[in-house]
Amino acid sequence: MSVNGTAKLILGYGTCGIAAGATEVKKALEKEIATGKYDVELDIAGCMGFCFREPIVEITEPGKKSIIYGDVTAKRVPELLETHFIKGEVIDDWVVMKEDDPAFGEGDFLENQNRIVLRNCGNINPEVIDEYIGMGGYEAARKALTTMTPEDVIDEVLESGLRGRGGAGFPTGTKWGFARKAPGDVKYLICNADEGDPGAFMDRSVLEGDPHSVVEGMIIAGYAIGARNGYIYCRAEYPLAIKRLEIAINACHEKGFLGKEIFDTDWEFDIKIKKGAGAFVCGEETAMIASIEGKRGMPKPRPPFPANEGLWGKPTNINNVETLASIAWIVKNGGKKYVETGTDGSKGTKVFCLAGKVRRSGLAEVSMGTTLRQVIFDVGGGVLDGKEFKAVQMGGPSGGCLPEELLDTIVDYDAINATGAIMGSGGMIVADSSTCMVDLARYFLSFTQEESCGKCIPCRLGTKRMLEILERICEGEGEPEDLVKLEELAADIKAASLCALGGTAPNPVLTTLKYFRKEYEDHILNKKCPAGVCPALITLEIDPEICTGCGACVRVCPTDAISGEKKEPHKIDVEICIKCKMCFSRCPTGAIKAV
Amino acid sequence: MSEEERKGERRYADVSDLGPLTEIIEKYRGEAGALIPILQDTQDAYGYLEEGIVRTLAGYAGYQLSQVLGVATFYTQFRLNPIGEHLIRVCHGTACHVAGAQLITQEISNQLGIEDGETTEDEKFTMESVMCVGACSLSPIMIVDEDTHGKLKPTNIRKILKGYTDNKGGGKK
Repeated sequence: MSVNGTAKLILGYGTCGIAAGATEVKKALEKEIATGKYDVELDIAGCMGFCFREPIVEITEPGKKSIIYGDVTAKRVPELLETHFIKGEVIDDWVVMKEDDPAFGEGDFLENQNRIVLRNCGNINPEVIDEYIGMGGYEAARKALTTMTPEDVIDEVLESGLRGRGGAGFPTGTKWGFARKAPGDVKYLICNADEGDPGAFMDRSVLEGDPHSVVEGMIIAGYAIGARNGYIYCRAEYPLAIKRLEIAINACHEKGFLGKEIFDTDWEFDIKIKKGAGAFVCGEETAMIASIEGKRGMPKPRPPFPANEGLWGKPTNINNVETLASIAWIVKNGGKKYVETGTDGSKGTKVFCLAGKVRRSGLAEVSMGTTLRQVIFDVGGGVLDGKEFKAVQMGGPSGGCLPEELLDTIVDYDAINATGAIMGSGGMIVADSSTCMVDLARYFLSFTQEESCGKCIPCRLGTKRMLEILERICEGEGEPEDLVKLEELAADIKAASLCALGGTAPNPVLTTLKYFRKEYEDHILNKKCPAGVCPALITLEIDPEICTGCGACVRVCPTDAISGEKKEPHKIDVEICIKCKMCFSRCPTGAIKAV
Repeated sequence: MSEEERKGERRYADVSDLGPLTEIIEKYRGEAGALIPILQDTQDAYGYLEEGIVRTLAGYAGYQLSQVLGVATFYTQFRLNPIGEHLIRVCHGTACHVAGAQLITQEISNQLGIEDGETTEDEKFTMESVMCVGACSLSPIMIVDEDTHGKLKPTNIRKILKGYTDNKGGGKK
């Protein structure tokens, strides 16, 4: 958006941008602008989704289509501004996207998306409420509170078919209905922002990029279920998200959107932020409630369900960030409009975090019904460095790994469940031939085992036993009957665990066993790790055809296992080599191979 | 650097000074379910949850010691031991794992002679593994104090760490 004839520089200033160096870029931009050479305004925005090209600067000029530059460094800033504004030229090599030419650069990254939840992410300054209002923000909350009954709101959400985006996919309107109907005057609403899945950062991006969309969703949800108090339970590891939420909540108080008599009605609603303290299990509803009450975050058997007996024993409704961020759009545009997008069983859109061996790692929102292939190849740009696709891991530690043959599966709760993976919260990690599927399963099990709260035996001990077996297989000490044992344990843990943490923990193992069984067999029967990952099963070798004898590997080898004459092919003494792979990452010609 | 200077730099209160603790407890007095925020603020004030502080906290705020320790040991955020001058957090999220985070941890361990969760003898560095920090596009990642170092290779580690020992805090170029 350009304002009043002044050009605007919008710097992507989310955690991903800052991690890539946006703070230095901001200083450099401020310094250049302070020279007075340029008539431009600098503003910040949340993550635009192009995490793979951060830091990102978008330039908008009056009467012109915007241009997004990527890989901006502090050093490049003077040249960028001078070339763009004074010479009036575009540095094509640095361009990520041109608004008027979607075919250029990475334009198809956005072309293939459908942004409802991310409607404002990257477009507005998340710390300025008026920018959100300028995009039509808080119209939905006003509409709901002043023209609709709580039942009307619930009906609208029911009509939209929205299902909980935290992973389980329970219909949101139905859930609200339970809390609405639960007897009692005091009720609570909780926003689950305890995004614990490794490889998932969409909730963080939404909170950092568009916190008001979540706050507005909460105002509407509170009104619908009859809760006057809301909590946002956010990971303490997300300090920027917490800061922007605090700014948003304060601004809402000033505008009369939170507090007493909001939107000039007699309804009251307020939000408190609760910082998580680092426990994955707190993403589970009853564990989260225990944590807000100041206790160890351990789940409780259900029933009673939180809708009847939740926080402090009162009816409580918990929704995920992405779910709540969809609400204002639905109330404003109508449930009917929302169902136009999606499949029979899954309406609307889903946000995914593309990461791992994918060319464009970042944040993407696609319509339900899009195939995984489209998400990974059309949006994500395919596998990094043109390598061969091996698997996509969906749904984090509760999810599964899907092979190439299943890439035409559509993004739909039921279709993905049928494969053995889950939609989950939206992490999508792409694996190529250098990823060992047994090691990946072991990794997830070690995560869930570590995060098991210990309350129920199937999860506490079952995951431990499964992990031990997987570790044994990776160590080269696996036995053929281990695979049967893993499957038996998995079935028992799934059936008998108290909560979804244990109930889904075996999924990464079960899906890799189902789709990549050969790789387990290679580890167990042939004592080989085909991906070259598991140290006990690999030997590092130098290809004499490729080695130039530069000696770089010799200098980094901690055990002096490499020797050779200068400019002659070198050799690794396998007896001394500890397979730390230091040489591997140092070799400039890729001559070192794990076999 | 003397102990005093080190503490001054990190702005942590000395455990013999109960002022910050009393303030924190008063701030939350009367608020239900405040144990976790009390512990979070206490750790922010003192750098870690020292035993004497935890005992005093339990007494002042009206909790059983077992209840306080139960919570403090359940959540990974809480530390019962002091950390070094520089905190290295190595991300072990899925994207970082796939990109070789284990090799990064191993190399830091080789360089500093400490395992995950330990502090070097000179109290310069503490290394911790953390789950996803959400900057997956830069994997593998480590965060030293406030600086994020992305797209790491085991061979870069020595140089990065050297930056922190040479001039305090100036490890990032």
